Amino acid sequence: MEVARFWRTTGQRYQLTGEVCPNCGNKIFPPRDVCPACEHEAKTPYTFSGKGEVYSYSTIHAAPEGFEKYVPYTVALVRLEEGPLITAQLTDVDTKDVKVGMPVEMVTRVLREDGERGMLVYGYKFRPVLAGPR
Amino acid sequence: MALMKPVRSVGIVGYGAYVPRYRLASAEIGELWTDGNAITPVKQKSVPGLDEDVATMSIEAARNALRRATGVAPDKLGAVWVGSESHPYAVKPTSTIVAEALGATPHTQAADWQFACKAGTEALQAAIGFVGSGMSDYALAIGMDAAQGRPGDALEYTAGAGGAAFLVGPAESAIAEFEGSVSYVTDTPDFWRRQHERFPEHSGRFTGEPAYFHHITSAARELLDQTGLHPADFRYAIFHQPNAKFPLKVGEDLGFTRAQIEPGLLVNEIGNTYAGSSMIGLTAVLDIAAPGDRILLVSFGSGAGSDAFSIRMKETVDHHGAPATRDYVRRSLMINYATYSRFKENYKLN
Ligand SMILES: [Zn+2]
Repeated sequence: MEVARFWRTTGQRYQLTGEVCPNCGNKIFPPRDVCPACEHEAKTPYTFSGKGEVYSYSTIHAAPEGFEKYVPYTVALVRLEEGPLITAQLTDVDTKDVKVGMPVEMVTRVLREDGERGMLVYGYKFRPVLAGPR
Repeated sequence: MALMKPVRSVGIVGYGAYVPRYRLASAEIGELWTDGNAITPVKQKSVPGLDEDVATMSIEAARNALRRATGVAPDKLGAVWVGSESHPYAVKPTSTIVAEALGATPHTQAADWQFACKAGTEALQAAIGFVGSGMSDYALAIGMDAAQGRPGDALEYTAGAGGAAFLVGPAESAIAEFEGSVSYVTDTPDFWRRQHERFPEHSGRFTGEPAYFHHITSAARELLDQTGLHPADFRYAIFHQPNAKFPLKVGEDLGFTRAQIEPGLLVNEIGNTYAGSSMIGLTAVLDIAAPGDRILLVSFGSGAGSDAFSIRMKETVDHHGAPATRDYVRRSLMINYATYSRFKENYKLN
């Protein structure tokens, strides 16, 4: 990942920060400054709770460059509790245990590293919910 | 030396722990290197996943601390300090990554602390001063490690991963108050790692009596003398946990009972988490302590030194869904040595 692009997207990658539409209240991720529901301008930052559930998933056995060491791993479409669907890698779970509807939560992990000398890229992944409210 | 106590009373406003999911049994290591003849210092140790390091583990512990600190917005943090001996970068702070992920940037102090296994409590001492002097209302002190032991070395059995984060703030809004602390350091060559070396070196005969035991008992006795407190005045005592034996032995030397030490003793389950070791013992105790309970915390870092703290529980903790320390300890998946080796990236993939 190029350094400038890395730097511009830290908010959304580290904290799951998107936007909320001031017109209809729609929560938007990734941020795009225009509400996809009502086309109103939407630039108000909104940090998502990180809670959601697995909407669909697929297990990767032949990984793209930079992800080989993680195989086999699961990439899921996660439905956030605020509405948006986002694509993310699942972590701390065995591929055979992943199920549609499984409650998951966002964690910040190493996404990839640019070789031995390059930058470490951190960002969101999702894992099975560890503990509920007590 | 006098007891250290800030001008303004401060305490722990929030706290959080983190331990990775994977465990490696000591028996598995002993089978490989000694035909199963090793006398193992712990039952098992925690192992970080391929996508985990001190930055990611610190972020999760700190998020748990903020969840318990009702009403403290991340941008109120005046400092984000990470103590570790396994920072992901040789040059580039871990603390800025953590601060960014929490939403504490840009108006915050950020720094990485180093002092072997004492790096975390070093940051905690500084946080007490930072808040206690009025420079800021809140400071976050983290002790976290993903420790490395040379394959086959005694340290490989215990070198674990995990740690804890403490949000230090004004005593009025704290769940537990700092009654006072001391530091005790000397130049002792018990354990070191030179620049660019992957694994640490240790001098066997220095690690026990003149290092661990001398510094912990000296710091603890000084704290007891200066506060006029006795072991019986404490409900819980936590000592740095490099193995299962040392903390019980040093506690006994000082006059503490197993009942005071065992609630915060996690080393048999998760190994030695270095800068996180005594601090995660404290989070396990804070999870169960009741208002009025007094807690002794004494760290040890090679090189060498100890920080000792007297902490008084004030309030019942409101967890707001943050997992307990024991939730992380219980979340465990045993792995074999091959998987462990893969997680350590010992296999060349291309
Ligand atoms: Zn809208």
